[in-house]
Amino acid sequence: MPASGPAQAHGPRLAGDLAIWFFILAELLAFGVFFAAYAFARAKNIELFAAEQAALNRNAGALNTVLLLTASYFVVRAVQAAEAEASRQCANWLGGAILTGFGFVVVKLTEYAAAFEHNISLSSSTFHMFYLSLTFFHFMHVILGLVILIAMWNGARQGRYRPGDMNGLETGAAYWHMVDLVWLILFPLVYVIH
Amino acid sequence: MSAHMHGTPKGSTLLFATLILATFATWGMGSLGVTGTWGVAVLAAISFWKGAVVILDFMALRHAPLLWRALTMGWIIVVWALIAIAYIKGLAQ
Repeated sequence: MPASGPAQAHGPRLAGDLAIWFFILAELLAFGVFFAAYAFARAKNIELFAAEQAALNRNAGALNTVLLLTASYFVVRAVQAAEAEASRQCANWLGGAILTGFGFVVVKLTEYAAAFEHNISLSSSTFHMFYLSLTFFHFMHVILGLVILIAMWNGARQGRYRPGDMNGLETGAAYWHMVDLVWLILFPLVYVIH
Repeated sequence: MSAHMHGTPKGSTLLFATLILATFATWGMGSLGVTGTWGVAVLAAISFWKGAVVILDFMALRHAPLLWRALTMGWIIVVWALIAIAYIKGLAQ
């Protein structure tokens, strides 16, 4: 269901499918509850959270922030290219977003491997329960986002997106930006603030 | 479709560069061990600003009906308000 029609061409318009925005709101609410639960659990265990947070790989967290922001920027450029009727460029920008998205996955898996080597699990502490469940919940969203980006890349290569026919591209782009948006709170909250 | 609903390449590149600089600022503050109410307030402000850029410019909600802009910006305001309340509660422990 497109969120807009020709009648709204010059007025306020929601980019993409209306359904994806209800989905995004539901996802944001779930992550919001998760973030608040982490923050209030931390308030009761300041010393434990500070000690275990200090052992996290902050460099990996920062690198992943840069990778997700870069992927988001590439997606914006892909949408702009489609608006300019440049399908080839649109596909190239989406290809860049896919590569940087996979970069996030590689960094995150490396981080998890290091954690498991130190016998860190969901049951090792309250902090680790939050760290693993929050980041893994987000990780699964990145995987879904990558599947969507690959589908859009394929569509762009076939010249599917052009002015007036941008709904699929804008819908996928909105989902990917939501994944980025959530990480922009997760990174300072879990890796930095103590 | 409204012209430049998704911004211009030049404008989005500028925003991207500032988002990366802001990320380095957050990482630097974490590496230096910046803490305390003011340090956390700065970290929260940086994160809030980055989130607002993604919502308004990357997600193009700047051009969306007010309701959707209010719902998404309201989300980030409420989330950071809850984190701030929890942080202050933690200071009192």
